[in-house]
Amino acid sequence: MTRLLAATSAEQAELVVFVVLAPVAVVSALGMVLNRNAVYSALLLVVNFFCLAGFYVLLEAQFVAAVQVIVYAGAIMVLFLFVLMLLGIGNDEVLKETIRGQRPAAVLLTLGLLVALVGALLAGVFDAEPASLAQANAGGNVQAIGRILFTRYTFAFEAAGILLVVAAVGALVLGKRQP
Amino acid sequence: MRVGPGAYLLLSALLFGIGVTGVLIRRNAIVVFMCVELMLNAVNLSFITFAKTNGNLDGQVLAFFVMVVAAAEVVVGLGILVAIFRKRSSASVDDVNLLKG
Repeated sequence: MTRLLAATSAEQAELVVFVVLAPVAVVSALGMVLNRNAVYSALLLVVNFFCLAGFYVLLEAQFVAAVQVIVYAGAIMVLFLFVLMLLGIGNDEVLKETIRGQRPAAVLLTLGLLVALVGALLAGVFDAEPASLAQANAGGNVQAIGRILFTRYTFAFEAAGILLVVAAVGALVLGKRQP
Repeated sequence: MRVGPGAYLLLSALLFGIGVTGVLIRRNAIVVFMCVELMLNAVNLSFITFAKTNGNLDGQVLAFFVMVVAAAEVVVGLGILVAIFRKRSSASVDDVNLLKG
């Protein structure tokens, strides 16, 4: 009985957090797209990333949530802001459409995409019963991820390391001032 | 009441759609990049939702790899952007038309 009560209160907490975070995530994403000032866009994107980290915690992905905050909200967004400041782009975004009718067409096509996605959701997995990660996460989420990363995904992990080195060297070469 | 996977997937689809719109309507290359990041994150949310639905951690590992690739992509992309800006003093995607006949 107490276990049942605990489960329901956990579900209620999940519902409350979701209802609070979901509108914030959507509004910050919309603001990011619609804001004319690129710096505001970047800051709204940080808000969105934090909301997503909250969802990851709700979905029992604590490790990915931590990585989201450290790598995305920390490193990547700092890089974005750094480049924004370096280039010193003001509010001079050209408002004139280069291709006539592109914006309405873009919005229309996106609505079509959304209709297709939501239709797929309604047709298939929408009513899927959520399984629990309790068994997979038994010894802790980080330990479980580490175990799977260094057994089944070792090759992908090493390839990711090589990719990061290549990207760092590439950025250095690109950033070097040509003589 | 409980939050099922459908709610997360719907949110993911919404965020992805917003990202697509941003890529299509924005002219500032840095903002276009940020919209791409938003789309990658929307897909990550789907991966992690499906990881929970399936009861194993493969989706979370995949989301982790998406983050690694996104980091590499941002580093190189912003490097290219800075190089273009040095040449043309503009970050608008419309000004890069060297290949235009």
